[in-house]
Amino acid sequence: MSGEHPDFLWRSPEPESSYEVVIVGGGGHGLATAYYLAREHGITDIAVLERGWLAGGNITRNTTIIRSNYLWDESAAIYEHSLKLWEGLEQELGYDLLFSQRGVLNLAHSLHDVREGARRVNANRLNGIDAEWLEPDAVARVCPIVNLSPELRYPVLGATFQPRGGIARHENLAWGYARAADALGVDLIQGCEVTGIELERGRAVAVQTTRGRIAAGRIGLVAAGHSSVLAGLAGLRLPVQSHPLQALVSELYEQVLDTVVMSNAVHVYVSQAHKGELVMGAGIDAYNSYAQRGSFHVIEHQLAAALELFPIFAHARVLRTWAGIVDVCPDASPIVGLTPVEGLFVNCGWGTGGFKATPGSGWTFAWTIANGEPHELNAPFALDRFTSGALIDEHGAAGVAH
Amino acid sequence: MLLIPCPFCGEREEIEFSYGGEAGVAYPADPSALTDEEWAGWLFVRGNPKGRFAERWVHTQGCRRWFSLLRDTVTHEIVR
Repeated sequence: MSGEHPDFLWRSPEPESSYEVVIVGGGGHGLATAYYLAREHGITDIAVLERGWLAGGNITRNTTIIRSNYLWDESAAIYEHSLKLWEGLEQELGYDLLFSQRGVLNLAHSLHDVREGARRVNANRLNGIDAEWLEPDAVARVCPIVNLSPELRYPVLGATFQPRGGIARHENLAWGYARAADALGVDLIQGCEVTGIELERGRAVAVQTTRGRIAAGRIGLVAAGHSSVLAGLAGLRLPVQSHPLQALVSELYEQVLDTVVMSNAVHVYVSQAHKGELVMGAGIDAYNSYAQRGSFHVIEHQLAAALELFPIFAHARVLRTWAGIVDVCPDASPIVGLTPVEGLFVNCGWGTGGFKATPGSGWTFAWTIANGEPHELNAPFALDRFTSGALIDEHGAAGVAH
Repeated sequence: MLLIPCPFCGEREEIEFSYGGEAGVAYPADPSALTDEEWAGWLFVRGNPKGRFAERWVHTQGCRRWFSLLRDTVTHEIVR
């Protein structure tokens, strides 16, 4: 974007008494949904209701990793669709996202990891996704600072590599979508908590909020860690559990890492932000929580893993740690689509890996809300898969590292 | 880190424990009598309250016994 940054990227209107579509949740996925509803489907009578402030939740608490190298066809399709949207998004939104396709390495530390990695590379290639298997010497060429010593407790035996993967600046994604949605006429309403969902003969017709009743033709719940709470307002129980997922940044560090490195086995993933902070994350805290903070031993564990893999990080100092509340499904895949309540749609369960999916999630969810039926990309992620048994088990590609 | 009161060993650090999720979820008396929806509900759906939550823990690195806690998922306070 050229010229000075404007003071305000969107209006802050008072809520109307009624909208064609109400999106509950002003995070990345909610804003993307509103944008694509307006842009792709010509529905502009939309409110996005946000309890706190726009982009105050997981969209600005993740480690910004973008990739599409998932194992199963269903996941590969929706995440690759998302990655393709990413590739044109800065131009489309007219907003700098600092999107950097610097590649993503997934390290293998055991014979099992090696076999699973090779299997995933093959599966990815069959799905038209760029993926390579790298032997340790090739890992060293991509990322010279990884410790390849065979003396490691969990030596690096190879890696999968997705060159088109990378990182972006997460708040810019939210702001870019917010600005573009606002320009198309979407009302972005902050400080507006939904406290009730009104049903009329089995159909959702309105939301009660801290700023009054708002009638809605269709309602989309896009509230990540709070999805269970919101769905409960309509009498629905979702198969998700809310957990803290912690991350941290170091103080500014000289540029030493120009790719993304992830390791499921030793539990860490790391990249270096454009300014120089090392950005790291690990697995979720085990217990259910809505507290946006976790236990320190999780940080300690991930730093131990990071130091083993990157001895050079011994000089880095932790600047800040935090947590987001992630909603995790039993199969580590999201829920996107219709609910048993007519007029009520849900988009949740992205768990530990929702950031990369923001464009694809919003795009397919908008399609589903506009058409009242699943899109072929999100149909496999319907809520009723838990009844049919057609789970999409992505614990291998999604379980720990994102 | 949580300090968890094991009813058998006393207060210990969280790293000695493993989490078991919602407490009080009984195995269906007659599973074959359930509909697919009811079975899915038992298998996959658990309470996820914002507030007090009765949950199971096991003292993996200690006495290895299971017990229940009532914990607040917003403040992390262990009520009992």
